[in-house]
Amino acid sequence: MRRYLGRKLLIYVLTFFLAVTIDWLIPRFMPGDPVQTMLSRASLHAEAVEVMYGYYTRAFGLDVPVWQQYLNFWNAIFHGDLGTSVYLFPQPVIKIILRAVPYDVFLLLPAVLLSWFAGNWFGAFAARNKWLDNTLLPLGYILTATPYMWLGIVLAWAFGVVWGIFPIAGAYGFSLRPHLSWTFIGSVLKHWFLPFASIFLVKFGGWAIGMRNMIIYELEADYSHYLEALGAPRGLIRKYAFRNAILPQITGLSLDLGVIVAGALVTEVVFSYPGIGYLILQAIQNQDYFLIQGCFLFIIIGVLLANFAIDIAYVIVDPRTRLGMMGESA
Amino acid sequence: MMKRKVRSETLYFALRNNKLRVGLSVVLFFLVLTFVGPLLTRYAPYDYVNPLGAQPPSAKYWFGTTMFGQDVFTQFVYGLKATFLVGVVGGGLGTLIGVIVGFTAGYRGGMVDEALNMLTNIILVIPTLAILLIIAAYLKVRGIMTESVFIGCTAWPWAARAIRAQTFSLRSRDFVDLARLSGMSPWRIIFTEIAPNMMSYLLLVFILQFGGAILNAATLDFIGLGPTNAVSLGLMMNNAVLWGALLLGIWWWFIPPGLAIMAIVGALYVTNVGLDEVFNPKLREM
Repeated sequence: MRRYLGRKLLIYVLTFFLAVTIDWLIPRFMPGDPVQTMLSRASLHAEAVEVMYGYYTRAFGLDVPVWQQYLNFWNAIFHGDLGTSVYLFPQPVIKIILRAVPYDVFLLLPAVLLSWFAGNWFGAFAARNKWLDNTLLPLGYILTATPYMWLGIVLAWAFGVVWGIFPIAGAYGFSLRPHLSWTFIGSVLKHWFLPFASIFLVKFGGWAIGMRNMIIYELEADYSHYLEALGAPRGLIRKYAFRNAILPQITGLSLDLGVIVAGALVTEVVFSYPGIGYLILQAIQNQDYFLIQGCFLFIIIGVLLANFAIDIAYVIVDPRTRLGMMGESA
Repeated sequence: MMKRKVRSETLYFALRNNKLRVGLSVVLFFLVLTFVGPLLTRYAPYDYVNPLGAQPPSAKYWFGTTMFGQDVFTQFVYGLKATFLVGVVGGGLGTLIGVIVGFTAGYRGGMVDEALNMLTNIILVIPTLAILLIIAAYLKVRGIMTESVFIGCTAWPWAARAIRAQTFSLRSRDFVDLARLSGMSPWRIIFTEIAPNMMSYLLLVFILQFGGAILNAATLDFIGLGPTNAVSLGLMMNNAVLWGALLLGIWWWFIPPGLAIMAIVGALYVTNVGLDEVFNPKLREM
């Protein structure tokens, strides 16, 4: 177990290192002068421009050697300094992002977990069932091929504009201030439902298909045929198949995190949901590079944490990793 | 003689596989539309053709017009071209890098494998979109080709991982050992002994990379980091949402592009399953 988790941790540390390096490298080695673009795009007061320009020259630290710039960048990150936003001047980037993160967690955690459980359960149920295989699985393929934003747009249009059941923008009613009351909680849930549903539906299709295929493979495996020959009940064989098929699905969840994150970003854009995705859109439209870079770092940190949580879940589910034998995902 | 028989058997099952037939037909339909479409329209994608602004589909404007009076059908068929281009170039490049890394790691083993595997695992963790986002944000002029190349360069890790695992299982077979004994160079062994035995697998990888590249491009275009000098399906949705097509009920602006992406990628996935059944007798429906 130590070896398994240790190896994973090493990968994550290296990933973080690489991500920070990319974050540092790209603004410096891309054509053009980002500082100039950024300042000319942002409509600031004259004195603000002066302050910002001085700030950026210091932040980019272009007067010191390259290796020094790189070390300074790391130093700033460990002090939680991701720069100052241009678009929301003079707020620090880290503050803006930390304000958005709870919405992402609130949206993503239920959507990812529920779609995973529901999809796996349904996929296992549909495997080797001719009727379900032919009617509902094509639906699964269609769902998993649907671009997240398009499903979001269609849901927003149908339920929000045409039927007017759900609101289509924001995280809670414009007339409300965040406080603890049933009206507010109701409003939050109402605004949450459609973005949640679009992520849930797309992922549900993917997991159901994955599980269905895995179960079919497992039912063709030797141990299944052996059990069958022994006269074991169908339900028991399926149960064993399910327990083996769930492992690749856990690995699949960690492999899929990047896609899910991308999906969540665009879903937030569609619904103006104030998470990191929506923030990125505004940062792009306002050419706020510091904000973009900060969002990039936070996405990576989130994905790394989620990966580590999944690894721990894997250790709990797969006894081989605990005994020091490498599991399939190693 | 033997090989020929195997091939005709594969073809026999391929022609009788419904998933393959449906999937390929849909993809072909859109491919034909990509080439024929521009001949059916007199306008350019961004021409202001309808002075009345947004109009629902009619005999004159098949898919209606946008808020600015641009012809949606024209944008749609030119956008399809961008979609296929991204799929071929991005998916092709992703597969190619995956093949090279996967074969090298799987065949060489040892330290080379350790290093490449580590690299693959690291890049696998970073969300593709996050990297694309930060690169695209700093590029002032972006074309479809640049976009495709970047997508291909970031999409290869899972392909490399899958191909590495397959190569691993093939490299200790007798026929590979024999080839090694006869003094063949490693790359020749890979291309003449190992690759032909996993051609079907490589085809499946390419199809999935193709679909993935299309979805990635659509995502990138939608958040406003798409090509700056061309039209694409993702860009159409981006414009529609940006200019309030949702609230104004201009559904003909945002329904066709997403529907086409869904149909093409969905058909690719179904084709993939169909091909899998054709190549793998265990999965065939009898």
